[in-house]
Amino acid sequence: MRLPREPFFWALFSSGGMLAALVMPALAAVLFFALPLSWLDAGHGALLATFAHPLTRLAVFVLVALSMFHWAHRFRYTLYDGLQLYHLSALIAVLCYGGAAAATLGAAWFLVAFP
Amino acid sequence: MSEPAGANPRYTPYHPKWYRRRMPIFWWLGRLSYTRFITRELTSLAVAYTALFLLAALCALAYGEADWTAFLERLRHPGWLAFHAGVLLFLLFHTVTWLGLAPKALVVKLGRRRLPDAAVVAAHYAAWAAASVLVVAFFLWRTG
Repeated sequence: MRLPREPFFWALFSSGGMLAALVMPALAAVLFFALPLSWLDAGHGALLATFAHPLTRLAVFVLVALSMFHWAHRFRYTLYDGLQLYHLSALIAVLCYGGAAAATLGAAWFLVAFP
Repeated sequence: MSEPAGANPRYTPYHPKWYRRRMPIFWWLGRLSYTRFITRELTSLAVAYTALFLLAALCALAYGEADWTAFLERLRHPGWLAFHAGVLLFLLFHTVTWLGLAPKALVVKLGRRRLPDAAVVAAHYAAWAAASVLVVAFFLWRTG
């Protein structure tokens, strides 16, 4: 029996959506504003030590991977419904999930070697 | 027919001549609820951008203190600040719409009664607040 693929991608979409909903506004506020505008006074050495910790790198990997698959699944249907690109549905699916998979592999490669 | 039937909703086998109204590409601008729907779907772009941005920031961090300072300096440009304000708004829209749908996905039964939707949403907002505090605390962990 062939396993249906849709529930698998939906599970990734769903967990990525929940993680992004809980974590990303604060993360973005820190990265986009608090650090550049020095609202938070986190030095280079302290940040590097924090992010070099194996558990932090694992957390970053999970966040990036799930967020990218959340994007892939949702954006795929945005293109499909919003722009009505019915005839390109196979290509869109390959580009979206493929892009997310590539980003996940790239993140793994980067985080293993970090810093 | 080069495509399998069913892949294209505009085509039905044996009934190729049924009349179907063509939807304009910007069909979702006509009504506020449609626009809100497409905006919600587009928040996925902000999620993906922030994930990749985190990796880029870590890249600058790994290159050394000079590169990290230059990276932060570049982000102080008004253009970047304005763009990132927009991204943050999209992320907030994602959070609000996502947590607002939580009672649809999570039905808590207490005996024979159902936990009210408002309680489920409130619990998720509490989790959001806790997670946000943790994220900020995390960045200050070793700085004290």
